[in-house]
Amino acid sequence: MKRKSQTQLFDKTLVVEAIKQSFVKLNPRIMFRNPVMFTVEVGTAYMLAVCIWILTGEKSQGSFAYNLSVFFILFLTLLFANFAEALAEARGKAQADSLRKTREDTPAKLIQPMGDLYVNEIKIISSSQLKKGDVFLCEAGEIIPMDGEIVEGIATIDESAITGESAPVIREAGGDKSSVTGGTKVLSDKIKVKVTTEPGESFLDKMIALVEGASRQKTPNEIALTILLAGFTLIFIIICITLSPFSDFAKAEIPISSYIALFVCLIPTTIGGLLSAIGIAGMDRALRANVIAKSGKAVETAGDIDTRLLDKTGTITIGNRKATHFYPSTGIAEADLIQACALSSLGDETPEGKSILELSGKEITSRLSSFVKGAVLIKFTAETRTSGVNLQDGMQIRKGAYDAIRKISDKSGNVFPANTENQVKEISSNGGTPLVVAQDGKVIGVIELQDIIKPGIQERFQRLRKMGVKTVMVTGDNPLTAKYIAEKAGVDDFIAEAKPEDKMTYIRDEQHKGKLVAMMGDGTNDAPALAQADVGVAMNSGTQAAKEAGNMVDLDNDPTKLIEIVEIGKQLLMTRGTLTTFSIANDVAKYFAIVPALFITSIPALQALNVMHLHSPQTAILSAVIFNAIIIPLLIPLALKGVTYKPIGASALLRRNLLYYGLGGIIIPFIGIKLIDILVTLFS
Amino acid sequence: MNTEILGVIFIFAASVALAIPLGKYISKVYGGEHTWLDRFFNPVEKIFFRIAGIDPLKQMGWKQNLIALLTINLIWFILSMLVLTNMSWLPLNPDGNPSMSPDLAFNTSVSFVSNTNLQHYSGESGLSYLGQLILMLWQFISAGTGMAIGAVVFIAMKEKTSEQLGNFYNLLVKSCVRILLPISIIVALVLLFRGTPMTFDGKDTVVTLQGDTMQVSTGPVAAMVAIKQLGTNGGGYFGANSSVPFENPDYLTNAVENISIILIPIAMIFALGYFLKRKKLAWMIFGVMTAGFILLVIPTIYYEMNGNPAIAHMGISQPLGNMEGKEVRFGPAASALWEINTTNTSNGSVNSMHDSSMPVSGMNAMLGMMVNAFYGGVGVGFLNFYIFIIIAVFISGLMVGRTPEFLGKKIEAREMKIAMIIFLLHPFLILTGTALASYLAAHDTAMGWWYAGNASAWLNNPGYHGFSEMLYEYTSSSANNGSGFEGLGDGNPFWNITCGVIMLLARFLPIIGPVAIAGLLAKKKYIPESAGTLKADTATFGMMVFAVILVLVGLSFFPALALGPLAEHFSLY
Repeated sequence: MKRKSQTQLFDKTLVVEAIKQSFVKLNPRIMFRNPVMFTVEVGTAYMLAVCIWILTGEKSQGSFAYNLSVFFILFLTLLFANFAEALAEARGKAQADSLRKTREDTPAKLIQPMGDLYVNEIKIISSSQLKKGDVFLCEAGEIIPMDGEIVEGIATIDESAITGESAPVIREAGGDKSSVTGGTKVLSDKIKVKVTTEPGESFLDKMIALVEGASRQKTPNEIALTILLAGFTLIFIIICITLSPFSDFAKAEIPISSYIALFVCLIPTTIGGLLSAIGIAGMDRALRANVIAKSGKAVETAGDIDTRLLDKTGTITIGNRKATHFYPSTGIAEADLIQACALSSLGDETPEGKSILELSGKEITSRLSSFVKGAVLIKFTAETRTSGVNLQDGMQIRKGAYDAIRKISDKSGNVFPANTENQVKEISSNGGTPLVVAQDGKVIGVIELQDIIKPGIQERFQRLRKMGVKTVMVTGDNPLTAKYIAEKAGVDDFIAEAKPEDKMTYIRDEQHKGKLVAMMGDGTNDAPALAQADVGVAMNSGTQAAKEAGNMVDLDNDPTKLIEIVEIGKQLLMTRGTLTTFSIANDVAKYFAIVPALFITSIPALQALNVMHLHSPQTAILSAVIFNAIIIPLLIPLALKGVTYKPIGASALLRRNLLYYGLGGIIIPFIGIKLIDILVTLFS
Repeated sequence: MNTEILGVIFIFAASVALAIPLGKYISKVYGGEHTWLDRFFNPVEKIFFRIAGIDPLKQMGWKQNLIALLTINLIWFILSMLVLTNMSWLPLNPDGNPSMSPDLAFNTSVSFVSNTNLQHYSGESGLSYLGQLILMLWQFISAGTGMAIGAVVFIAMKEKTSEQLGNFYNLLVKSCVRILLPISIIVALVLLFRGTPMTFDGKDTVVTLQGDTMQVSTGPVAAMVAIKQLGTNGGGYFGANSSVPFENPDYLTNAVENISIILIPIAMIFALGYFLKRKKLAWMIFGVMTAGFILLVIPTIYYEMNGNPAIAHMGISQPLGNMEGKEVRFGPAASALWEINTTNTSNGSVNSMHDSSMPVSGMNAMLGMMVNAFYGGVGVGFLNFYIFIIIAVFISGLMVGRTPEFLGKKIEAREMKIAMIIFLLHPFLILTGTALASYLAAHDTAMGWWYAGNASAWLNNPGYHGFSEMLYEYTSSSANNGSGFEGLGDGNPFWNITCGVIMLLARFLPIIGPVAIAGLLAKKKYIPESAGTLKADTATFGMMVFAVILVLVGLSFFPALALGPLAEHFSLY
């Protein structure tokens, strides 16, 4: 994480803001959006009424102090739940503010095609006045006022405000690198930029709104979970209401406070109170990973991805091919071969040429300067398919494809060394490219060029496979090379000699089989595929078209970012699932605390159910309600950070989470309630 | 080992051993595959289809299948009402039994059409032979209905993406003709050879050893007992059901009848495995159901065999265990097994009086009905289990970080809504029913037309046991079980009508819900499995389903059980 705004979980200013908001959120109209907590609010209001009723002289409901404490704890429960949501929102807001700083009003040089005085007159206006389609000018040292696409010029741009990356990037009109983001700074040259979004509708604006919770819509999974929780709430409403005639029959007098305590303890307040905080925290985590998601649904869908398409170059392999080995022919010293190779590459500007020098080592290259004088570089041409150097002393060094060098060798009447011939074959079959070297028509050895697979990439693919995500490599290489690299990098499938429409076809085929497909792309020709994919992540450096088509934008332009996005999506669902399980599992212990307490006076035999040996019916009920309240703030860190995702397979993951949150959810409240009961007994 | 316990183990093992091949056969029947019985059944079925003008090959969607089911059930209900309220003058009434009152006829018709067989009458005096025969017909077709609609869900689970979910009429006829009828004939023959009556003559006159003359009710008993056991019906020919020697003469018939209770419910699970070609899934479901079943049956046998401590306190030895309300020829272990069998499967026939069981046994019987999915009723037991699967899939899907899916279909808000409503319905009906009755009893309300006398008078036992009686009655109605704690005075308009309404709702809504979910899922796009998919046919997922059932049912009924059987238990011990 590069941005400085990595806030602590309980940052002081955020906490203060969140506490304020927890009271504001008590407004029933806001509360109503969360059915579980709304019923708690109704219960709390009822308890307040009971307290007042007792003050007016009612005797049947127990002591005023006891009823007041129940009311007070319920009130705290509400505040805790609100606090969780408010804290998540405050963290989101803090994150958004740091982004928004980059978007403060900046002057913009609007180019008016028909100005007041002359054509293309420049008028300085505020950035907020820019409209879609306007063209503005931006020169060195100025902040770009608005997202847009360069229509004229080329410039280096400092994007550190958005990406945190300090190295400047080049953006130019036309091509795939024409898009600029508002808030970034032009370092050199000047560009004309066409505004591509209406004010307030840029990705950043959308993301800020999402993180702040203002425009947060519930995702389909969240809606389904809300239904489940509403169902649980309903069942406990039924239980608590029917308990009244049951107790009439059992001749047990149950005060109102006990019904409300039972109800509040049983309904899933833990997950109900934390649900929206979990959702906001998920969006916040995406933003912290420098990913702008256009909706919460996109992040959740990412967790379900089955297949993802990945470009080979720059993702799986490091840029271009690199020289990895020198193999001298029989009778040639390795040092001589290396020297010849280095000489032939001195003037070679291609990445391959540079990598040969790199492999040769400084020691050799530094000695070469004496040879350089008067040397003539022979550039690569399509006819000769070789390149090299003619030295002043007449020595000719050539390097090139096997058959081209073989011709030279044969012409000079030299025998092609058998060991080199074998070496050439071996290199080819290993997915490398052999580059044969000849000195004055005599073959002296071969250089192996290899695609370098990024270190650690296999493990990442392995990790993805365990998550159930299949990786597909997209490359322009021929099928043989592609297959070799695919195997070596450990991807599951590849598209060789890929054209842009191939990606589209592949995505469609996968989707037809019912799979969810993700891809990353930057170019305009990626746009249709980005739109077709279920999760399309556009690079921030990419064209506007690509960004419009995808449903996420990666500010870091990091092709491996998808892994993090998938994990964030999974974490989001898991946190909801585990806390739901925990919440429901807690009810077992709460039943054993409250049910004996309700009936112990009228049915002494039920003392047998008081397995925790709680002190008295009052302390039992208070302990259960207190436990129910304090578990919410205790779980806030987990809700905001998310449950750790481990790619160990679905069944193993379920076992693990069932053990921790299911069994743990049954056992912990037994211990917690007992401890609280001891404390409550001590203080009362 | 104790022979009684060996007997119990034998009965259960034989049930499972017979259910596996039967499941294979059922799967073939529903899959339309060829069996060697085709040459007997094809002509019979052809006659049915020709008369009814039904094309058995015409495929229907889930809604059409449900409409067919509901319409045909309504017709049966009306027919049943007509016969029961007029049987005094209709033929086949040699004993001259009277017609039923409208509220009792309503209760009885609903009860038999809904496969509940709650009986607020005694067969020997309350029905003519025509009445018995018409109820026997419902025993066939209500069981067939459950199996047929279960098969519709099987088909929905099998199809990758389809709206063509078989033909309800075809599946119904096949269930009755090819599955229920042949097995019933075998069971009836065994009963017949062991002495169960099968006649259309009126009461027999017997001279006892003392020289008294006695009138003994008989009738077409063997046929009815066979189908009442096999079709999870439970409505006996006589009031005292399978505890009467005429219905259940000896230990052998008891074993056969006991096996008959759980045979088809278990076979349906294996049929699902064969039908979907997912045997592991069937074993997972069977494993979960059996684990629940065994957890209920062991304590029941234990408490029944150990007798009543209150009697022990009086210094009376109980070498046979708790024998109150039990038949000596069966003993406490076999009776306890039957009690759990019959309540888990929504059968409801009895060979002992559940009212006289120990409190824990009574509670376990109620728990079986509260879950109603440990094997469950023929066809519908799996539908109830399906709801628990959907809820378990949803929670566990979230727990592994993936949008929940079951057999390649996504579970979304709509399915969850239906699943939650259906899950809520059962506790809602049981708890509100019991709440109403206990309110009236607690306040000793005068009932007017609804009940002759004040409400508390319908309880023969006050206190915890009285509460259990009311709870049991509504649990039995809502689980479409039909057994009862017979101390309750339930033959009156109040109980007839409230139980009737509950039976109706509890029969048809839990059929509509799962079929709707299965139909909606069948329409969805099929998602192939990947390493991230949570597989449904694993022991881990089985554990999850089991935990969901345990926690959901436990949480729903704990307070009610605490006030009834648990309070009684802890007061006794």
